[in-house]
Amino acid sequence: MSASILIVDDSTSIRVAIRMALTGAGYTVSEAADGAQGLSKASGSRFDMIITDLNMPNMDGLSMIRALRKNPAQCGTPILFLTTESEDAMKQQAKAAGATGWLVKPFVPEQLIRVVRKVLGR
Amino acid sequence: MSQNDPVAAFRVEAGEVLEQVEQGLLDLGHRLDDHELIDAVFRGLHTLKGSGAMFGFDALASFTHHCETAFDRVRKNLTPATPQLIAVILSAQDHMRALIEGDATDRKAEGDAILAKLQAALDGAPAPTPEAPPVVQGWRLSLRLPPEAMQNGINPLALLDELRTLGDCRIVARTDQVPPLAELVPTECHIGWDIEVRGAVSRDDLEDVFIFVLDDLDLQIEAIGDTSCDDVEDTAPPPGAGTTPSALPPTRVDTMPPAQDRDPATTPNGRGAPKTGESVRVPAERLDLLMDRVGELVIVQSRLSQLAHSSGSNATDVALRSISEEIERLASELRDTVMVLRMVPVATLFGRFRRLVHDIARDTGKTIELSTDGETTEVDKTVIERLADPLIHLIRNACDHGIEPPERRLAAGKPEIGQVRLSARQEGGEVVITIRDDGHGIDRERVRAKAEAHGLLQPGQVVSDQELLQMIFHPGFSTAPQITSLSGRGVGMDVVKRTIESLRGTIEVASVSGQGSAMSLRIPLTLAIIDGLLIRVGDGRYVIPLAVVEECIELSLEEDLRSRGRSFITLRDRLVPFVRLREMFATGTKPSVHQKIVIIATGTERVGLVVDQIIGSHQTVIKPMSAVHCNVPTFAGATILGDGGVALILDVVQLVALGQHQEERLRAVA
Repeated sequence: MSASILIVDDSTSIRVAIRMALTGAGYTVSEAADGAQGLSKASGSRFDMIITDLNMPNMDGLSMIRALRKNPAQCGTPILFLTTESEDAMKQQAKAAGATGWLVKPFVPEQLIRVVRKVLGR
Repeated sequence: MSQNDPVAAFRVEAGEVLEQVEQGLLDLGHRLDDHELIDAVFRGLHTLKGSGAMFGFDALASFTHHCETAFDRVRKNLTPATPQLIAVILSAQDHMRALIEGDATDRKAEGDAILAKLQAALDGAPAPTPEAPPVVQGWRLSLRLPPEAMQNGINPLALLDELRTLGDCRIVARTDQVPPLAELVPTECHIGWDIEVRGAVSRDDLEDVFIFVLDDLDLQIEAIGDTSCDDVEDTAPPPGAGTTPSALPPTRVDTMPPAQDRDPATTPNGRGAPKTGESVRVPAERLDLLMDRVGELVIVQSRLSQLAHSSGSNATDVALRSISEEIERLASELRDTVMVLRMVPVATLFGRFRRLVHDIARDTGKTIELSTDGETTEVDKTVIERLADPLIHLIRNACDHGIEPPERRLAAGKPEIGQVRLSARQEGGEVVITIRDDGHGIDRERVRAKAEAHGLLQPGQVVSDQELLQMIFHPGFSTAPQITSLSGRGVGMDVVKRTIESLRGTIEVASVSGQGSAMSLRIPLTLAIIDGLLIRVGDGRYVIPLAVVEECIELSLEEDLRSRGRSFITLRDRLVPFVRLREMFATGTKPSVHQKIVIIATGTERVGLVVDQIIGSHQTVIKPMSAVHCNVPTFAGATILGDGGVALILDVVQLVALGQHQEERLRAVA
């Protein structure tokens, strides 16, 4: 069965790009436009992985990751966050919040798929 | 394909970001030390750079990079925000806009001029130069994950599998730090590994594997020099593994590539690339026969295990028990294997609809785009075949009734192109197929009027939204004012519903006026054998499909008395209605002292079933009810138990509907 992945990003273009790359690789994709939406989607159904931006309106990525990890049901769900080289402090904070790994923007679809496969193990 | 063209989406978005940045810069001109504004401008530039590079706007990305660097310095208080700087970046905005809109080739000089001005205010930061790593024979790794790694989503097996793709691996688990069972924290990783990787692998390749845990990882990497293979055996004993024999323990998995034959991309070196799958065409009825036999086998097996469990403790009995357990395992594996044989991806089904939508669009003069996702979701072959007609009907409906003609869409402020989205996903033991359109939605007023005209509803009768929407599945029901050649005759929706119900599935309707509707079909993955929860109510035994069981809780005597008449319990701050099966089945027996509530759920709805006893899980071979009984709503079928008795299988959908009805009645009273 194909793994289902939730994308949380306020940028439509990034969401579309990630969605196309992931669906092309056979994953099932859901989308949320900010942290609050992402959190409610993630508590509504199970995802095999969550990919989230950090800078978002309503609820930023860090708070969402923290909230997710507080929920025992989300324990162990891989969470990738999108970042850039210039945000090393953010990276540390996100990891401390419980993120699994990161993806450095800009990325091409092949990189994305590689990281997703790496973390999912399939 | 506007919805699916990220470049177009990026252009629109980048335009908005540029506007915000420009606004920010202009404001900043008046308040030079406003940090919020500086941050906002920085974030905007940052987004432009990042997404620009992703969508192939390389010139934009590299140009914006310089502006971003400049602002990063301002943000970090390394450089003050001066009017000159703001002026330069404002002028850079126009250049960026040009780069977003079109071709960048003839604009390099213009960009360079701006950058030169920018440079005048700032110092460039030198980039570090990477050094070339030496290539060695192989590596010896000693690895221990931080305790919280697994909670944070790190999958140790995936890491080991990834190592295996680099080269020949020997992996030995170090179990010396595994605590006694009583102290073991199941969410922590207590195992360490000693690993030897052979091949032309660089240190960076290895560190790449552990990139996400590198900072907190206990990892030692040492190179294996240019030595022959045999001395590896001597130097390999893993420290700390007290019982390590000279041969590697069975935890080792050699050079086998991980079981990922579906995606050859994970074996990059072309090493051990999986053979292209050979396949055999088999007539479907042979598979059905096989399935039947497996069903019979499962029944016999459960008789055997019942016998084994009731046997005594002498040697023969113990032997019988162990054989019985072995057979139980084999039978369930065999069942799963056979089940998978019958599974086909829904892609085979979705493929046909593209043409259908195209034709409808042509006939109706609408522009409609069909997008699909989750095509790889697999469903039982018989289910797929029977789904085709209902889906065709629902897609027709969405295109014909749902999506408005282009002029009405434009008038309503929607994009001219209508979207129909077909998606499939697995949820527990069910497959959910959703047909979603962004048309005008279902007109509830009209549905209500129609329902009243047909006598399905009394005027003024209170019904739930879902019940009202479900009216469209009544025979002879159509809300389309005109009948077209495609739909609107009111034949079909009832057939759709009947077909889905015959697959033991359900249809959920959601609709937002003016924004579209969605039909979700929930269908069980298979129709032949399920895992069930065997329960006792009075003297009868019943089966609940295990896939819908959420949890089992005790109904204490006090709670039972307290809730008498209202049939609700509070479960983690939520009110869950429950149904007393003893009353429903009129068993006439005394309730058990320790009654249990089995909480079942379909989608978001939850209902509790009060039972006398939970017997255990049971592999349930579904047998259809006889012609006389097949219309009894609460039961979905029957099964034969290990002792030859018969248990009825509860129809979860019906029970949930019953519970929901109860809840709504309560709400109406409250």
